[in-house]
Amino acid sequence: MIGRPSPWFDLVRHVTLLAGAAVMLAPFVWMTVTSFKPPHEIFAAELTLLPRQWHAYENYREAFTKVPMLRYLLNGAIVTSAIFALQVLVAVPCAYALAKLDFRGRGLIFAMVLLGILIPSHVPAIPLYIMLWQVKLLNTYAALVIPFVISVFGIFLMRQFFKTVPDELIQAARLDGLSEFAIVWRIMVPAAMPAVISFGIFSVVAHWNDYFWPLLVINSRELAPPPLGVAYFRNEEAGHDYGPLMAGAVIIIAPLVLAFLAAQRRFIEGMTMTGLKG
Amino acid sequence: MAQVELTGIAKSFGEVRVLRDVSLEIRDGEFVTILGPSGCGKSTLLRIIAGLERQDAGRIRIGARTVDTLRPNERDIAMVFQSYALYPHLTVAGNLALPLRMRLLSWQQRLPGARWFSPHIRAVERDINRRVSEAAALLQMETLLPRKPAQLSGGQKQRVAVGRAMVREPRVFLMDEPLSNLDAELRVHMRAEIAQLHRRLGVTFIYVTHDQAEAMTMSDRVVVMMDGQPLQFSSPGAIYSDPVDLRVARFVGSPRINTLPGVTTGRRSIDLAGLELPFDVALAAGERVTVAIRPAATGVAGQHGLPGSGVPGLSGRLVHRENLGSDLFLHARIDALDTTVIVRQDPSAIDAFPLGMQLQVDIPVDQALAFNSAGARIRSRVVARAAAS
Repeated sequence: MIGRPSPWFDLVRHVTLLAGAAVMLAPFVWMTVTSFKPPHEIFAAELTLLPRQWHAYENYREAFTKVPMLRYLLNGAIVTSAIFALQVLVAVPCAYALAKLDFRGRGLIFAMVLLGILIPSHVPAIPLYIMLWQVKLLNTYAALVIPFVISVFGIFLMRQFFKTVPDELIQAARLDGLSEFAIVWRIMVPAAMPAVISFGIFSVVAHWNDYFWPLLVINSRELAPPPLGVAYFRNEEAGHDYGPLMAGAVIIIAPLVLAFLAAQRRFIEGMTMTGLKG
Repeated sequence: MAQVELTGIAKSFGEVRVLRDVSLEIRDGEFVTILGPSGCGKSTLLRIIAGLERQDAGRIRIGARTVDTLRPNERDIAMVFQSYALYPHLTVAGNLALPLRMRLLSWQQRLPGARWFSPHIRAVERDINRRVSEAAALLQMETLLPRKPAQLSGGQKQRVAVGRAMVREPRVFLMDEPLSNLDAELRVHMRAEIAQLHRRLGVTFIYVTHDQAEAMTMSDRVVVMMDGQPLQFSSPGAIYSDPVDLRVARFVGSPRINTLPGVTTGRRSIDLAGLELPFDVALAAGERVTVAIRPAATGVAGQHGLPGSGVPGLSGRLVHRENLGSDLFLHARIDALDTTVIVRQDPSAIDAFPLGMQLQVDIPVDQALAFNSAGARIRSRVVARAAAS
């Protein structure tokens, strides 16, 4: 029977969810309040949520001045947008071919794409590193972008979505005189916009937060993306000065949080559509 | 002029032969329906004409041109799909304009902002807008132009799909079951609209359907297709009353034509369980044949002819009645032939036919059709005389 659940069930449900949310949010809250505190309060014996003495201006000024924080953010923006743009450029035509064109070996190629998803990104790290070293691209933006241009996950995701676009739509486009490339970009991509957006979310979040790969291929400070920048900050500038360090951490996650708040509904749609956890 | 000429078209998908040696000649301005059960190859044939599939063998001419090597958009045709296939991200106006933009503007001219630099592009766009609004006016859907396909009902989508085909001013219209996703009432309405559209545009229509009512009501001529082959290509009237193949006779007409197993006697007649039908057939004795007769052509003794009136009859038992208001269908079990025959009667006479009654089913010889064991029609002189009169 479908009716209103009992108030007790409602209560239990909300308490459980709130507790879960608190556990999830606590580190972020702690990070944020720590970024407002002076050093002696951070290491004080008693825990307080709000700082007794506000030290936010000093902490954030230090984060912005001691290290080129804006430069790190810019690097992150350049690298993630380049990766995403090139991923779409490669994945969309591949996905179209795998979903809608009939050619010999299609099944085999798709099986290889699926196999590609199974390989953890750390496995090819050393060969990729050696390759980039040989073509003398280490310590460039290209080193941060090139290994991720072909996203098998992106190909798979778009292919699954393109499968649901009716064949007749493509045939109508052919009759209307659209070339195969025009069909891909003018018909399939607009029709598959939710898939493109959710793939964009995955891609940008993953590469904005990536620490492992930049650590391997970047050693000049001007090219560091945000997570690497914070690490430099910690090692060299801040030492054990956690206030400015937390301020730096807040700064690098702020763009993602703002983007999430602005596009919250799309974000959740994207997550639920792919049936994957973030 | 855009007659469509198919010669020896064949197509297989893997091992399955979908079309075998299809040849048709469709006249300019004609409304031709390709009718057949699902899987008979009719849609494949249409898509081959459109150029969406490539035939394995055979030739297609549209007008004076052989189009075998031309791409779909170069064949001067337009197609309406069963699922309508509207571009979901464009408005109705955008959907109608797209084929024209593709044809009248080059890709550089279609770039966003290009119109600001060229009066020519603006003139072409004005022309496109004029043609879109003309088509919208003709189909009475001006108010739909700013909407997206998701905001339209099935009938409206159908109309937009027809409009998108129309703006291109094609010489041949191809329609692939365009009404099958609509409800029954709307289907009847759209049937009349499409027939009107054909009369107004005067171009060749090739229409694919499995619905005999659509085929019978709209077409100048009907092609009945089965198993990848056209069985008969003639007017709707001839398809119904003068089928050349038993499969055509069975597929067309509702309720289904009655079929009775018979044996030739060698005396220019057919034996139906002791009832001897005089038929002018030149067949040796003992051949198995099928006698077919429409429910509307039969009668029940006592209504049309009393026993001894000259109309031969079969005795049976009334097992089921269907009163449709306009027609009353009696299902008579003929034990001697181990079959059931459907007889049409006037519904006002329903009280004269209690269930279980014994009755005599008339088999008027001039209305009966005979088919040999392979399903081909056996022409008899009696029928020939009836058709001529």
